[in-house]
Amino acid sequence: MSSLSERPAAAVVGVPMPHESAALHVTGAALYTDDLVMRTRDVLHAWPVQSPHAHARVTALRVKPAYDVPGVVRVLTADDVPGVNDAGVKHDEPLFPGEVMFNGHAVCWVLGETLEAARLGSLAVEVEYEPLPSLVSVREAIEAGSFQGIGRHLERGDVEDALAGASHVFSGEFEFAGQEHFYLETHAALALVDEYGQIFVQSSTQHPSETQEIVAHVLGLASHSVTVQCLRMGGGFGGKEMQPHGFAAIAALGATLTGRPVRLRLNRTQDMTMSGKRHGFHSSWTVGFGADGKLVALDATLTADGGWSLDLSEPVLARAMCHIDNAYEIPHVRVDGRIAQTNKTSQTAFRGFGGPQGMLVIEDILGRCAPLLGYDALELRRRNLYQTGDSTPYGQPVRHADRLESCWSQVLTAGDVGERQVEIAAFNATHEHVKRGLAMTPVKFGISFNLTAFNQAGALVHVYKDGSVLINHGGTEMGQGLHTKMLQVAATTLGLPLARVRLAPTRTDKVPNTSATAASSGADLNGAAIKNACEQIRERLAQVAGGRLGISPSDVRFVDGVARGLSGDGVDWNELVNLAYHQRVQLWAAGFYRTEGLHWDANAMRGEPFKYFAYGVAASEVEVDGFTGSYTLRRVDIVHDVGDSLSPLIDIGQIEGGFVQGTGWLTLEDLRWDESSGDRRGRLSTQAASTYKLPSFSEMPEVFNVTLLEKAHEDGAVYGSKAVGEPPLMLAFSVREALRHAAAAFGSAGTSVDLPSPATPEAVYWAVDRVRGGVSWSG
Amino acid sequence: MTTQALRAPALTVNGELTALGDISVHTTVLDWLRDRGLTGAKEGCAEGECGACSVMVARPGTDSQTEWTAVNACLLPVASLDGQELVTSEGLGSPAELHPVQQEMAVRGGSQCGYCTPGFICSMAAEYYRPGRACGEGDHEHGPNGFDLHSLSGNLCRCTGYRPIRDAAYALDAPAENDTFAARQDAAPPAPVATGMVSTEGEFVRPASLDGVLELIAEQPDAQLVAGSTDLGVQVNIFGSRPSLTIAIDRLEELREFSFGVDEVRLGAALTLTEIERRLAGRVPLLAQLMPQFASRLIRNGATIGGNLGTGSPIGDAPPALLALDASLVLASRRGERVVPLAEYFTGYRQTVKDPDELIRTIVIPLPLAPMTAFHKIAKRRFDDISSVAIGYAVDVTDGVVREARIGLGGVAATPLRARETEAALVRRPWTEETVRIAAGVMAAEGTPMDDHRASSSYRSAMLGQSLLRFYFQGVGA
Repeated sequence: MSSLSERPAAAVVGVPMPHESAALHVTGAALYTDDLVMRTRDVLHAWPVQSPHAHARVTALRVKPAYDVPGVVRVLTADDVPGVNDAGVKHDEPLFPGEVMFNGHAVCWVLGETLEAARLGSLAVEVEYEPLPSLVSVREAIEAGSFQGIGRHLERGDVEDALAGASHVFSGEFEFAGQEHFYLETHAALALVDEYGQIFVQSSTQHPSETQEIVAHVLGLASHSVTVQCLRMGGGFGGKEMQPHGFAAIAALGATLTGRPVRLRLNRTQDMTMSGKRHGFHSSWTVGFGADGKLVALDATLTADGGWSLDLSEPVLARAMCHIDNAYEIPHVRVDGRIAQTNKTSQTAFRGFGGPQGMLVIEDILGRCAPLLGYDALELRRRNLYQTGDSTPYGQPVRHADRLESCWSQVLTAGDVGERQVEIAAFNATHEHVKRGLAMTPVKFGISFNLTAFNQAGALVHVYKDGSVLINHGGTEMGQGLHTKMLQVAATTLGLPLARVRLAPTRTDKVPNTSATAASSGADLNGAAIKNACEQIRERLAQVAGGRLGISPSDVRFVDGVARGLSGDGVDWNELVNLAYHQRVQLWAAGFYRTEGLHWDANAMRGEPFKYFAYGVAASEVEVDGFTGSYTLRRVDIVHDVGDSLSPLIDIGQIEGGFVQGTGWLTLEDLRWDESSGDRRGRLSTQAASTYKLPSFSEMPEVFNVTLLEKAHEDGAVYGSKAVGEPPLMLAFSVREALRHAAAAFGSAGTSVDLPSPATPEAVYWAVDRVRGGVSWSG
Repeated sequence: MTTQALRAPALTVNGELTALGDISVHTTVLDWLRDRGLTGAKEGCAEGECGACSVMVARPGTDSQTEWTAVNACLLPVASLDGQELVTSEGLGSPAELHPVQQEMAVRGGSQCGYCTPGFICSMAAEYYRPGRACGEGDHEHGPNGFDLHSLSGNLCRCTGYRPIRDAAYALDAPAENDTFAARQDAAPPAPVATGMVSTEGEFVRPASLDGVLELIAEQPDAQLVAGSTDLGVQVNIFGSRPSLTIAIDRLEELREFSFGVDEVRLGAALTLTEIERRLAGRVPLLAQLMPQFASRLIRNGATIGGNLGTGSPIGDAPPALLALDASLVLASRRGERVVPLAEYFTGYRQTVKDPDELIRTIVIPLPLAPMTAFHKIAKRRFDDISSVAIGYAVDVTDGVVREARIGLGGVAATPLRARETEAALVRRPWTEETVRIAAGVMAAEGTPMDDHRASSSYRSAMLGQSLLRFYFQGVGA
């Protein structure tokens, strides 16, 4: 056991506890960025002028009419930018574009005394456009050869040779949709010039340091002149990793120019039409199986639909390519990846970050091929699971592969899967119009940022003279319970009751150069940094306690607010802190952590980019109505590996929530872009909650059993835990595959079912219709 | 935005009488609350879909004098709450003293990011206080404590996956003896207040009588009538509509009649869908089947039956059901009243025979009801979605022969319509699979369905045919 992972007795980590802000959430007392507006004087409100074209040159921009609208204070345009007119890190995202690249692209922003004045002002701005040809779908982009960024190639073994020798070879194409984040809190920023002349931006951002950098380069300032704070977010899911920067920069620019605080909060329509989403992908593949059903070779081309700018598409693509194996050993692999450029929002990070897209391809292949191979899909998946000693196509050993089998067999047993398969078969035999299906799918998800440099974190821990402890760290809270876990880590390391530790909101002037709270890494990285800071303080205090108690400092233990030796009297924490102060001992520390042992050659697509893998298995049972294609999720059983959980209630919440969000992506959530040649080409036609449906109570599984894998200590992470934010999302493949299973039951045995994604009721209906051989009305 | 108040409009918020102050007549309850520092309620969608803005208002009750009724604060103009009482998540409890609903949600992991939570709290608290809530067996949509999960159908959470929220709801006890919110339900609700407000953006009026409304709309035919504001609120928030005159009619007694007689059922146009659901209590099975599928509880608490017909929308859920029930509308104007069969009411896309100076006063459903009825709604999501296709059935089969069949369709043409050809293909024929399969083929060709983001036209057509098959097979128990 490593010192990083070793847990002391009576640790506060591992204790189930509610979210640290739960009492504030339920009483409406928890503050979010836009709740600060009424606490701030003389705030101006921002409203965008959005392009009605998918692609056009701006030939004239007349802002003067807006100033005739009562209450309009300022119109922000490219001419106002003192620094770099760009909202990204790749310098391909002009903040004020001269060429609009998607329907909804903001051309300029109007600031008003009220939101209504700004809105009316935006209607008064006159923009002339010269429409340009546009590419809306990924297929159009592929046909036109419209790509951006660097294409990648991942290869192991000899695919040609292996396919030639395979017993069964299948080919196919599969295009699947992206997903809107639909965090309940839309993008928001509130910027002001503070009493010391510094730019201070409250931002709903997963990446305060990058928001700070972008604001600084837009304003032409150094980073030390800009501070960004994120109180908390009303959901992020990756959508606030890159996307908040431009909005924060607009607010900061407005505040600089007017001297007044500027609030920018997108309404839902603006958020959905302007901000990036999960990438949809196109894939084409050829797969080979041996006579024993084992995967022999996979040859695939993945095309990510990147939208108008590069954003995070390159690392998303890399993760997709690194997860096309999911949990399966494929000896010979060749994957080509590329990023299409289309006239849509700039697609971005979303929980799983390409991983789900890569894994969906192999799960779709297995689901389609199982009947053709004569295998039950459940058996086909199981026999292809990674075994101890296997390595991934990019050359990383699959450590703890045995946990896949542990999770699988535990779900089989606890979920009564065998019994239910018999029941389902009996049900299906006696029901002509309704069929049930059951599927099990595994998850193996690599933890760490693919880009090694991001795997570092900082923390700042203060112990005040009265013994109270204040912790800061670089991670942001978006509902995932990171702050709860960090408080538990600090209390554990210092041997204090949880109530003695308080956490301050994330600010770039407390901890600099932070990485995004992303890649599920928040607790691993920041937890280790906090632990490091707390250990520095604890070691100094052990010296003081040793002197006070007359024992060796190395024998001092901190438990429940008392420092004591192996036996005898102890000294109370408060007294010890006071003593240390008077001995002029430093009572605060900056902590740092970098993940050791990672290496990655991005060009060769080889190395060990991940510290470890998170595993899980789900079994889902659905019922499909043959009349309509509508379905219900009857039961879900999950066993998931979170290591030794830092906070079990939080972790179970992440698993359940991720699963349902994944189910939404695969079944219900239906992003539709206008691909016609009409006036609305490129427009997002599902741009509201009324047209883009996310899971509601009716999609919650009727029976939902989630179990954490036991004896799951992870040596390489803080207090033996594992990351949990993203991996459970992909357990939802089991729902999609169960739908396929149920749809197949409408036909004869051995029917292979093509199922689009999302598998909406309409999509399932047509799949059933195909299985039934088409409906004849006259009977 | 100066407001000329004819009196000083005010609203009781969390027990404190608060002047509405200097506002626009279109200011929503949500924006008004947030401007006053009550930032618990959030804007998640501004169209009544997500429930992050849910608050409780004191409304006339069905099973008690007053009922705490959860509504979407983003849709209602605050002017419409003049003289009323409202409670937000902040008013229910504080971090130091949590309300029982807040307590259960907090300890069970019912909040993650917390943004939707205050709205869930208000929707859940309203169900907690529902007078008719009683312990029972429970099923997958009702807790052992009688908690109806549909009460949360208008609240979206993107983080939790809902299971802990359900567990919190099902763990709730009955309100304590000394619970002040429960006690409030035993007293009369706040009376409607004749309101008149003017701001630079228009005028808001709540006349004290129907005659007053009819006078106004006779003089100003472009006036906007508002009841629950579940449609108008969307027009204002999303489409920038700013009517110059808004007339509130939701509390007029003349529009709130309810009777279940021998020959007919009379439903006042300003009854909310929730009120109709509760008062009918299953006596019109077709409507009982419709109600849980009609938008969400939050919307049904505000939306009125008259409003659903008044907009003339081709995808409203009430028309197909009411067409099948052979309902008629009583239209009132200063000129008098007239009765129009619903089947003759719709004339085109959002067009009806209703003259600009008329309003819908009452919906009349003839009795007896057909013995076999059903409501089928085809949508992506089971709770709170807009129909791709909706079908209402009322069929009378006697001695194995179809004596009468009325089928109402929504979502397949510019107006709701009767499936006349399908009806003809059924009537006087034996109620057999053969008849139904032939009629299903006819039904699949009814209307002129279109392609949109909800469904393809071919799916809509297929659903018409499939629906009739489903109606038949479910009826015969296959």
